[in-house]
Amino acid sequence: MNSCNRNDGGNDRKSTSNNIEYIKQERSGLSDMLIKQKGSLAVFVFIVAVLVSFMHPAVAAAGSNGVEVNGANSGDDGIPEFFVPPPPFSEGIFPCSQCHADMVVNKKRRKLYYHTNIQNMFKHAEKQRWCLDCHNPDDRDRLRLASGRLITFEESYYLCGQCHGTIFRDWKAGVHGKRTGMWNGKKEYRLCVHCHNPHAPRFKPLKPLPPPIKPGDIKYRKLSPDEIPSNPLNKIFPLKTDSRSKNAEGN
Amino acid sequence: MPKEIKGHNLSKSISRRGFLKGAALGLASTAIPLGQADASFWEAYLQKHFREMNEDELRAVIKRLEKEYAEEYDVNFNIKTTKAMPGTLFGYGLDLSRCIGCRRCVYACVRENNQSRDPQIHWITVLRFKKGEKWIDLEESEKYYYPEAVPEEGYFYMPVQCQQCENPPCVRVCPTQATWKEPDGIVVIDYNWCIGCRYCMASCPYGARRFNLAKPRIRKEELNPESHYLGNRPRYAGVVEKCIFCVQRTRAGRYPACVEICPVGARKFGNLLDPKSEIRYCIENKRVFRLKEDLNTYPKFYYFFAT
Repeated sequence: MNSCNRNDGGNDRKSTSNNIEYIKQERSGLSDMLIKQKGSLAVFVFIVAVLVSFMHPAVAAAGSNGVEVNGANSGDDGIPEFFVPPPPFSEGIFPCSQCHADMVVNKKRRKLYYHTNIQNMFKHAEKQRWCLDCHNPDDRDRLRLASGRLITFEESYYLCGQCHGTIFRDWKAGVHGKRTGMWNGKKEYRLCVHCHNPHAPRFKPLKPLPPPIKPGDIKYRKLSPDEIPSNPLNKIFPLKTDSRSKNAEGN
Repeated sequence: MPKEIKGHNLSKSISRRGFLKGAALGLASTAIPLGQADASFWEAYLQKHFREMNEDELRAVIKRLEKEYAEEYDVNFNIKTTKAMPGTLFGYGLDLSRCIGCRRCVYACVRENNQSRDPQIHWITVLRFKKGEKWIDLEESEKYYYPEAVPEEGYFYMPVQCQQCENPPCVRVCPTQATWKEPDGIVVIDYNWCIGCRYCMASCPYGARRFNLAKPRIRKEELNPESHYLGNRPRYAGVVEKCIFCVQRTRAGRYPACVEICPVGARKFGNLLDPKSEIRYCIENKRVFRLKEDLNTYPKFYYFFAT
């Protein structure tokens, strides 16, 4: 479950596979030694290990972690198959390389003259952070993890998960964040950035819908069909378009 | 002399039992409106209990209801009678650390489930509590809050709706068995069998049931024609209704309307019998509690605090 800290870059993969081989060699050496010394003990230990792995739910779950993975998601990070709507880019802003391809990279913290609105709203550990901590300087259409691994904007949850590990874990399980779709089938997940602005992630306050009528105010009155009160929800989510499966308010 | 009078026809004494029998019969004959020649009236009057009807009888009832609704509301309703899926027991989770009290769920429910707009009926009540009190004191909660923006500093919010108890007191008290617990755990009401005695409302510890004091009034364009017999089909005056976990949606695999509208994702729904469901994850990994657990109603509505 600590996948948020995992490095899945190509180089790291090679090194982990080396590690695994090393561990395997070490293990086989260990068992050889045990067989030489006390074969029966080794058999007993093996049986106990098998039994424990069957009985302990966590171990068993770890063994059968065959979660379906969408083609877009690399690695078996326990991210279930899901549909996400495309990331909510401001209009005309993506791909970033359309402007940045020809620009010289300037890593200095400074006042920006184009992305002023982002700099003005920026409130996300702003003292410790600068654009290029998340945005990749060389290929602007990708994001960059602390490990150096490049990810697309569709996989931005890895980036958020670097710091917000417990939230990332809940999100993968379907507990943090909104789910639509089928409760027993395909679910539609949302990216972190669909609800949280990555540059100012705190949830914005909303205007509540009206309270219920107090019992004392309930009076039977004659109403023509046009006078029947309409649902106040219609003002936020109009009736005709199927707003029921839509995203939360556009913030 | 007494003997003579007894013999007379006019002074023939009537036993108390005989008198009551006759009176009851007489009254009963006035109560049944024989003047109603319409066949559908008698069909409705003699309609069997939902669980006693076979497929053909059910189909006939649905056909009659769809015709009645079409005449009354000028909308073509599609009334389903989908049975519970085998191996399901629905459970609901609500994350109190996320809920901001915006009441989107209340009105999404109204839209989905054809509640009366006037007189107003809501199935969900959002309660506002002061933070930092010793416990959740329902008496001190506020349901008419209406600030400019939510969440407000120093308060938290707790939506309450039908808790779909495993041991529902409302089912026990119903004199006509018009309300019962389905195999998938949803407590449903047959609006044609409800006589409006409101015993269930008195027995519900969560105040989740609502009464139609008058005929429900809804704008024609706001009616949701995709309905279920036990769910969101239009109700009558004098019947009780409540949250039914959007039975018309959930038995088709969809999420309830309140889950889909929630802007903060505080509402979770799933199958309690499926170890991989979201609700099971919440129960196993979060600090969950159920409302008024001490009453042994065993609600399937879990409140939790995720962070």
